[in-house]
Amino acid sequence: MGKDHLRYDGPIKVSGSAKYASDVQPDGWLYGMILRSPWPAARIRGIDLRPALSVPGIRAAVTANDPPFTVRYCGEELAAVAGLSKQACLDALRAIKVDADLLPFVVKEEAALRDTSPRVFENLPNAGQPREMQTGDVDGAFGISYKTVQGFFQTQVQLHQCLETHGNTIQVTPEEITCWASTQGIFSVRDSLADSIGMPMDKVHVISEFMGGGFGSKYGAGVEGGLAVRLSKEARLPVRLMLTRFDEALAVGNRPSSFQKVRLSASKDGTLVAYELEAFGTAGYASGGTTAGGGGGAGFPAPYIYQIPSTRVRQTTVAINAGSARAMRAPGHPQASFGMESILDEMALALGMDPVELRIKNDPSEIRRQQYKIAAERFGWNARYRSVASSEGPVKSGVGCAGATWGGGGRDSEAEVRINPDGSVEVRCGTQDLGTGTKTLIAIVAAEVFGLEPVAISASIGDTTFPPSGGSGGSTTAASVAPAVFDACQNALADLRSASGISDPTGLNWRTATARLRINPVVARGRWKEGLSSRGVGGVQMAEVEVDTETGFVRVKRIVCVQDCGLVINRLASISQINGGIILGIGFALYEERILDDQTGVVLNPNFETYKLPGAADVPEIDVILQDMPERGVIGIGEPVTIPTAAAIANAVSNAIGKRVTRLPITPPQILGLLGKLPGNPSGYKSGTS
Amino acid sequence: MDEQISRRSFFRNVSSAAIAGALAKVTAAAQSVDSLDGQKPLGPEPIKLVLQVNGSRHEVEVEPRVTLLDVLRNRLRLTGAKEVCDRATCGACTVLVNGQPVYSCMKLAVEMQAHEITTIEGLGSPTNLTPIQRALVDCDALMCGYCTPGFVMSLTALFSAKPKPTLEEIKKACSGNLCRCGTYPRIFEATQRVAEAGPS
Repeated sequence: MGKDHLRYDGPIKVSGSAKYASDVQPDGWLYGMILRSPWPAARIRGIDLRPALSVPGIRAAVTANDPPFTVRYCGEELAAVAGLSKQACLDALRAIKVDADLLPFVVKEEAALRDTSPRVFENLPNAGQPREMQTGDVDGAFGISYKTVQGFFQTQVQLHQCLETHGNTIQVTPEEITCWASTQGIFSVRDSLADSIGMPMDKVHVISEFMGGGFGSKYGAGVEGGLAVRLSKEARLPVRLMLTRFDEALAVGNRPSSFQKVRLSASKDGTLVAYELEAFGTAGYASGGTTAGGGGGAGFPAPYIYQIPSTRVRQTTVAINAGSARAMRAPGHPQASFGMESILDEMALALGMDPVELRIKNDPSEIRRQQYKIAAERFGWNARYRSVASSEGPVKSGVGCAGATWGGGGRDSEAEVRINPDGSVEVRCGTQDLGTGTKTLIAIVAAEVFGLEPVAISASIGDTTFPPSGGSGGSTTAASVAPAVFDACQNALADLRSASGISDPTGLNWRTATARLRINPVVARGRWKEGLSSRGVGGVQMAEVEVDTETGFVRVKRIVCVQDCGLVINRLASISQINGGIILGIGFALYEERILDDQTGVVLNPNFETYKLPGAADVPEIDVILQDMPERGVIGIGEPVTIPTAAAIANAVSNAIGKRVTRLPITPPQILGLLGKLPGNPSGYKSGTS
Repeated sequence: MDEQISRRSFFRNVSSAAIAGALAKVTAAAQSVDSLDGQKPLGPEPIKLVLQVNGSRHEVEVEPRVTLLDVLRNRLRLTGAKEVCDRATCGACTVLVNGQPVYSCMKLAVEMQAHEITTIEGLGSPTNLTPIQRALVDCDALMCGYCTPGFVMSLTALFSAKPKPTLEEIKKACSGNLCRCGTYPRIFEATQRVAEAGPS
């Protein structure tokens, strides 16, 4: 443990042999496609599938709902077809006749808050009940503090953009349903399919050995899974229904937006004393804090991280006619971090205090206070922070920092271990590997217990006939699966001990011991128990950027990251997670935004040309210090690493140009606007000091 | 021509007539077009094609509008190339055509006849990896793996052209391939490792 281990499924992935849900092709399989509403709001009066059914090659067609029904966003499902080819399906979708009355709609958050705006749901206001919290005496504290700063910060709706789209390949027989799913939760798919068809759970078999990315958006079978089952039943043939890239921007989740009006005050020595936040954001059409795919509304933790005795927080989720939000890698936290760390840097400026010093002074986490010190030394913070103010020339350098907090932790998971007489070992666990290295982690844990090399362990996952485990989200997989596998291996070892009569069958004694099993393998189960995992990690990142003040372009030069995750099982895979989280954070900081057109209510950028993902040229130097704390048990790393990146970059940009960045993504027009090179005030509210 | 087909009249008619009627009009229009070199237009019904893929000859029958990617994945079961965007923006469908990296989603199968097509399946196998594939595994330059075949194809083409590419040349060669898991830093590291080792 704690070392570099090669990814178990590296060779199969790198040679193109890995079969994902989108690759599986049962005999006679049909291609499935969905017809989606082009309108942001409409009452669907009728759907005529007959022209679609007469397209050559089409074998089934279903409506998503029985008319009349209401659609509430551009992209909502209307109908689906299955046929012998993609071309037949495209022709069939074009042939379907939809009779609809268009309804008024609203797609901008500020507009949706107004009582005069169209309602997403007729009998509900667009704005949900605000969530309010108060501690201490906010008004009193603001009245007597030394410095107060304020600001208005905004973050955009971000899309998951998994490379493998959502979808399933489904085979229905009268006895059972087999579903190859692209999912983070095989049991969530099983349960939702069983529920939607009214079939017992044990007759629904879900398989997901490889999947092409989830980032929080892939739980349950989705509307697409239910449609695929109905198509498969009607056609009496398997159906592969994967979404298109266009569909992905409309209907399968996003990170909610945030609009944050914040006020912060401190005493002369930099102790934070009062904090007030009024925030709203949208989670799509789902109003009142619940969303179609989990992950809550548009709320986020506030104040983020820092210890402040008097606080007042008011957060509202507002519905708009757009696809529902779903949990996206560290839900709520990147927005929270951006708002908090930006206003904190304003305070550092107002007090004439070093930003790192101000954070260390007010951060309740000992781990994170240490991480700031370690990061500052590795980054060269003191030298860089002082010198950037006098950047010569049009390209300005700047530095910024931010911190993260995350839960993680383990929960119920089971595993089964089989030790064969020839010494081979197989571990089975109904968990998922999203590229996170779960298979490898299982092999490492088993190898450690048995004194073998990880390559001697065969790890099987992604099948609902295996012992159950939870969904892979919340950075909980390692902390759930590792203890379960550890327990199963300990039980198997005990059985091997008694079966072989050898008191220590591990390592060099392995073949001798297992040979004594003769014809009966050892099969043992185990489950997650308290004690081997825990919750709570920190994380600190520092960014160095260059801003071209003539073009407004931002280039991230370097990110230093200090991250803890409890016990490190596989260093190699952990650092890959960190790289990935940082690159996702760069996308959030500089490039990504789902844009809705308020004239037509459609998504304007449902493709990669205009929804920009970070590419090879956008990657900075990434310097990682991964802290191994075995005494804390396994915790989890997937999410904390993407939380502070955008905040650190925004602070670095503000430091470079001497103006506060108030909106993500940080685009050239925003930079040029802040520098007074564009007419108007693109940042809206003015940040100020009093 | 016995009937003038304007784009406007075509779409107006498609919306009210059955698809079969529209297809008949297209067929009639295609048949009546007299191209300069006298070649007969293909389709819209399926036509027979011969494709050379990974050194083998494959006969398929598909409509002319079918892409190379579609044929590779759904007819020939070569699922290494992935459909991620289907519009030439992500590189997950990259294959080699006469050794050059090409987005297979942007090539019609019919225009790919008489070319040497190489897919990821034609390079290595899990037990017999090429040097760049080995290096990607050793550097952990992959996570979910969905973009990986596309990167392998782009990098394989790079090494054919430049046995010792610089970091800038590596980044440029990868600029047409997207990775959402963020494996770029290790892809560069793996590629540099192969460059340093030299041609094998």
